[in-house]
This record gives sequence, C-alpha cells and structure tokens, in this order.
Amino acid sequence: MKIRKNGFLKTGEIMSLVLATVIVTGFFWTPYGTTAMNAAEKTLPPSLHHLLGTDNFGRDVFSRVISGAGTSFLIALGVVAVGCIGGVLIGSLCGYFGGIADAVLMRVCDAITAFPAILLALVVVSLFGGGMANILLCLGLLFIPSFARVVRTEVARVRDMNYIQSARLMGVSTGRILLRHILPNTFPVLLPAVTIGFNNAVLAEASMSFLGVGIQPPQASLGSMLKDSQTYLNTAPWYALGTGGMIVLLVLAVSLLSEGIQQGTGRGQV
Amino acid sequence: MNKKSLAALLAVFVLAGSLGTVCLGATTETEASSDGDVASSGDTGITIGLPQDLDSSLDPYQITAAGTREVMFNVFEGLVKPDKDGNFKDAVASSHEVSDDGLTYTFTLRDGVKFHNGEIVTADDVLYSFKTCADTTVNSSVASALSDIAGEKADGNTVTITLKEPLSSFLSAVSSVSIVPADYTDQASVPVGTGPYRFVSRSVQDNAVFERNDDYYGKLPQIKTVTCKIFEDNNALFTALNAGTLDMAFHLTVDQTKNLTNGYKVTEGEMNLVQALYLNNAKAPFDDEKVRQALCYGIDVDSILELTEDGHGAKLGSSMYPSFKKYFDDSLTDAYPYDPEKAQQLLADAGAQGLNFTIKVPGNYTQHVDTATVIAEQLSQIGVTANIEQVDWETWLSDVYQNRDFDATVIGFDAAYLSPDALLQRWMSDDATNMIGYSNPDYDAVMKKAQSTTDDKEQTELYKQAEKLLSDTAANVYIQDLADFVALSPKFTGYTPYPLYALDFSTLKLA
Repeated sequence: MKIRKNGFLKTGEIMSLVLATVIVTGFFWTPYGTTAMNAAEKTLPPSLHHLLGTDNFGRDVFSRVISGAGTSFLIALGVVAVGCIGGVLIGSLCGYFGGIADAVLMRVCDAITAFPAILLALVVVSLFGGGMANILLCLGLLFIPSFARVVRTEVARVRDMNYIQSARLMGVSTGRILLRHILPNTFPVLLPAVTIGFNNAVLAEASMSFLGVGIQPPQASLGSMLKDSQTYLNTAPWYALGTGGMIVLLVLAVSLLSEGIQQGTGRGQV
Repeated sequence: MNKKSLAALLAVFVLAGSLGTVCLGATTETEASSDGDVASSGDTGITIGLPQDLDSSLDPYQITAAGTREVMFNVFEGLVKPDKDGNFKDAVASSHEVSDDGLTYTFTLRDGVKFHNGEIVTADDVLYSFKTCADTTVNSSVASALSDIAGEKADGNTVTITLKEPLSSFLSAVSSVSIVPADYTDQASVPVGTGPYRFVSRSVQDNAVFERNDDYYGKLPQIKTVTCKIFEDNNALFTALNAGTLDMAFHLTVDQTKNLTNGYKVTEGEMNLVQALYLNNAKAPFDDEKVRQALCYGIDVDSILELTEDGHGAKLGSSMYPSFKKYFDDSLTDAYPYDPEKAQQLLADAGAQGLNFTIKVPGNYTQHVDTATVIAEQLSQIGVTANIEQVDWETWLSDVYQNRDFDATVIGFDAAYLSPDALLQRWMSDDATNMIGYSNPDYDAVMKKAQSTTDDKEQTELYKQAEKLLSDTAANVYIQDLADFVALSPKFTGYTPYPLYALDFSTLKLA
C-alpha cells in the first residue's frame, strides 16, 4: 500500500511522534510522583517548577497529565487491538463465506452498535467492577462491530473479483486466499478505522473516568482529572486546561494522521 | 477533514467548551432566578441543592441516611424536638414533666395540633407512634431506649410513660419518635407529620417539594415552598449553585466555597459527623487488631485535614464529635500519632506486609472520595495498596451498609438524636447496624452499664471509657468531623446551624 505524502500526514506524524515520546518517557519518569501530594503546594499556577501548575492535593498537573495520557494511550491501544483482531476475524470470515452465519453475526453487530458503547461499558463495569483490564476488554469487545463491518464490506467486494476466482480455480487454499490476496486489500479501509477507533477509545475511557467508573483515584486519568478540575475552574483554570488540552492534542494528532492516510491513499476525500 | 474525525474533534471541543462557558456564565443573572415572587412574601420559594437522593422510604422510622433525616426534620416532630442549642423544647407536647425518680414521664399534648392531613393529634396517635416506632424503627439506639418502657397510658390530653429503669437519654429518644397519625399506612410515599413543612411531592433522583404547613402551631415560617433539587454528581451541584440556579447548598467543601464567584454568603460550621475509614472488623485482614492499628499509625490525619480542607475540620479519635463537648475525649485525637515505621512494624508482626484492600466510597460525596484518595496515597508509603472503588449511593447502602460486603469504606456517621448512644450503640456486638461487625465483650459491658447508670457523672465517664475502647482496639481509623460550608443566596437569611444533622427550613427568610 502506497501513501502519498501530504500536509495532514506530515503534521500528524510529527505531533504523534512528539506525543509518543512524551508518553513513553512518562512510563519511566515524570518530573514529580504522579500521586505525591504536598499540602504546601496546593493549586499553584504554572511555573518553571510545575509546568502546568498543581492540583488541589498539591500534585504536579504536568506529571499527572503525562501519566494520564499514558493510561489513555495504553487502553486505547489495547481496545483497538482487541477490536481490530476480533473485527478482522469476524468480518473477513463473514464477508468471504456469507450465508446464514454472516447474516446472524452482522445483525448481532448491528444490535451492539445500536447502543452507545459507553452505556454498555458502564453496565459491564458496574457488573464486573472497574480497573484498567476490565475497561480495556470491555471497550475492546464493544469496538469489534465497527471493525467487522468495515472489513466485511471490503472482503465481500473483493471476493468475487476475477483474480480471486482464478486463485480459487488454481487450487489455492482458502486460508491463503484470505491472508495473501484479500486481507491486504482491506488495509486502506482498516487503517483509518484503526485511527478513528483509537480516538473513540481515548474519548470513551476519558468519559468513563469522568463519570467515576473508569480509572479510580489516586491513579491519574485524563477523564477523572477533568472531572475534579471542574470545581477549580475559577481559581485554578490550568488544571482543566492542561488536562483538556492533552485530550485535544492526543485526539488531534491521531485524527490528522488518519486524515493524511486517507488522502494519501486517494480515499475519503471530502 | 472527513466527517468522523471532525466529529471526534468536535466532541473534544464541546467538552472543553462547555466547561469554559460554565466558568464564564457563572455570575450572570442571580437576581432573576427565583419565581417572580418578591411582591408578596407569602409566596416565597427557595431552591436547595441536595447531594444525594432521599431514602426510598420516607417513613420516619425507616430513614437510614443522614441526608434524608436532615430534610425530613422539617416534616416530622416528636413530643419534644431539639433546638439549635441542643436542648429539647416541647413540640407536639405543650409541656413535659419527669418524676424525681426518673421513671415517669408525663407529657401534656398541645391543644389543636394538626397533622398535615388535617386531623387533630390525639393521645391515641401518640401511643400508636410509640408502639410503631418501637416495633419497626431501623434506628437501633432508639429501639433499645424504647424497650425500656414499662407502660404507656393515655388520659384525655396527657400521656404518661413509665420506664423499667431510669434512662437519662430517654428524652432524646422521645424526640426521635415522630408523631404520626394512627393507622395511616402510606408514610413511605406520602409522609404525614406535624412539622412546619408538609411533604408535597418527590420525583426520584430529581427533586422533593415541601410546602409551609399553614396550620402549624408555632411560628409560621416565611418561605412558602421549598424545592430540594437532587444532584448525585457533586460537581453538577456546585455548577448549578454557582450559576444561581440554587438558592442554597449544604455540605460544600472549602475548595468549592473558594471557587464560588456569585457572591453567596458562606457560613462555616461543623457537619456533626464521624468521618472515618471504617474497617470491616469481621473479615480478614481487618479482623486482626494489629493490622487495624498499623493503618491508624500509617494514616496522617493532620495531613488529610490540610490536604482536603485547608486545615478546617476537627480531629476525632473515636466515635464522637467535638460538638458533643460533654462526651468528647480530646486525648484520643492523638492516640495514634503518624508513625509509618511503627505501622510497618505492626504489619510485619501481623504478617500482613504488602496488604492490598479495597475502599468502597460513595462517589457523590467529594469529601469522602478526597479523603479516600489521600489515604490511598499515604498508605502506599508504608507498602499498603488501597484500591478505591467509587460506587453510587444506592449501591453503597445495599453492599456496604446492609450486606457488609466490603473491606473498608470512608463515610460519616451522624447522631440521629442528641445522645451518645446515637453514635456508640451502633458498635455493640449484637446491634443490627454494626456495619463493621465490631465485637468486643468489654465494649458491650461498658455500654450496657453506661445506659443503665443514672448518675450523670459516672455515665459520662463510662461513655468516655467506651470511646477509649474503640480507640484502643483501633475499631476504625477515625479521621475528622468535616467542616460544613453552607452557601446561601444574598436574597435570603436566617440559616440556623444545629448540633446534629438537621436542615431547618423554618428559620429561612427573605433578606
């Protein structure tokens, strides 16, 4: 798959790279402990010591934003991985073989898509408890239909093309046809789906934590930080701005990347 | 950009933007928010924000939550009721007398007191109330006080109650026997009492409306309609308050009051609650006294006060709060000075290094969540992992309070009425509301003795002894009596703090 260079792609690449570096660094090192409290340094404005100021417990907002972004990043990555693998598996099999199984599975997917993912996730988490692993698995499963649908359509389209027919006539095994001849064809639609899925996952995790059912305190999470920062909008606006800004950057970077890919592959022009 | 990424971006900006507008729009239009009422003060309404829904049953004897009790304080009255100084004044009774031996209480009913349904209160209603309360109340300390009654007699307008043995806290128990109409069975949904306000309607998780009882025997309140808006999300409550949608809000945090920009008057008081990290004494690992003591040493209460409330709030040390001056033992507040090494040593002795447990905390209470957050951080310093699980209020009531399915929780217990029993009886081993499963024969013995002692001085000593036992055995990690901040619109005055958990609507008036 060839991607022509374009402005979106370049900006997206640079932003993603910078963010990824910051986030990965954050896994090993942050300027301050992400949960270390300090009563003497409550709600300090941004300074050289605290780039984004401090929160109501005297914790360094910058450290927590990095760590929270790391959590969001890991969860979003995991969600996309689960959703993508599940989606490709279901989508390609359904698309290739069709039949009753296809119809049933696709209707199930429709049914799942009919509910907002967050609502279902809330139900699952309140039944089985929160925590990173649960959120990841739960959102991941809920993201399967969106991938499955995209892949299925593409596979169903390619399936009846001449070269596939020929491969079949030549006695190439079904597995090989799916893997070598059909799957690469789905990449141009899959890649944007992955990036959009990533963004949705970031927002979904943030929303769940915002509602108090996602990542639990004192662990840093962009959503719960945004929630806590509401009280301090007047006296410590940097708390909300720093946190919200990170969500914007994270989503924007990947959105630009996605846009660049779509333009570069000649799809998805508006 | 394509539509999906645009939509995603838009979502982010809307999220960030809505926070921004809330911030900017905060000071506008506080003047025009009420119901165009100023012309005649007789039709005034006030809107009050509540941080939790009322109990599902509003039957006065079935109320569990302090947050429900403080509101229903306006609807129900006993023969006597507490005033703002903690004394008992006559309410449905016009006078009461206690015999010299402390065994006979004679109440004379006030003439022509009407229930909210228009019926006149009779001696039969009083007897019915005492009987129903004794049989059905969920408040174990009231039930135990009422079980001391040997006989009740109604004679025209007087009710005479004789006790088996003298009980100094009996009058405070009487104050929590709400007088209700005999054989009225709809209390749970349409409560009927004699208080200055009558219940009009409620919409679950949305609001509850109360209206002035124009037949009230006492001084008529000025405010006609009181609308309680329920916000299960504390930030939403604060936002509504700051935007002027609410005229009044209780139980705010110090940080919230500092961020209040609409010119509301803020009053500081004490919540009259025992906030603690309550530990499930019946279950490992907290069935081990050493582990509980380790947590007491490993948690720095001063630092919690500093971090969560800028040093407001009062340290406790046991199940008693400072407003109860007579029974409060100051020396217990520092029974467990912060000592992480000793904590680790105790954990090692108990073989509980690397302890890992869950704190279930009701997410609608910012104060409790904040305290839990600080505790989790402090405990991580001594190698203990405390996972916080925020649950909604209904889940907390059923899982933690009723089913006792928890390791630890942060919550505040109030005194349902003005007696040390209201705070201490709970931890007797056979008590139905002994949520933490505390079982200590010494404590039971001291409490039984305290309850049956007539000598006031000796009794006070015994209650203090009981408090010390709770502290010595580290039943819970006692934190603080929270500072209570009340914000009231400049349009109103007359907020009256009480030494117990009560919101008195009747003293509110237009400024």
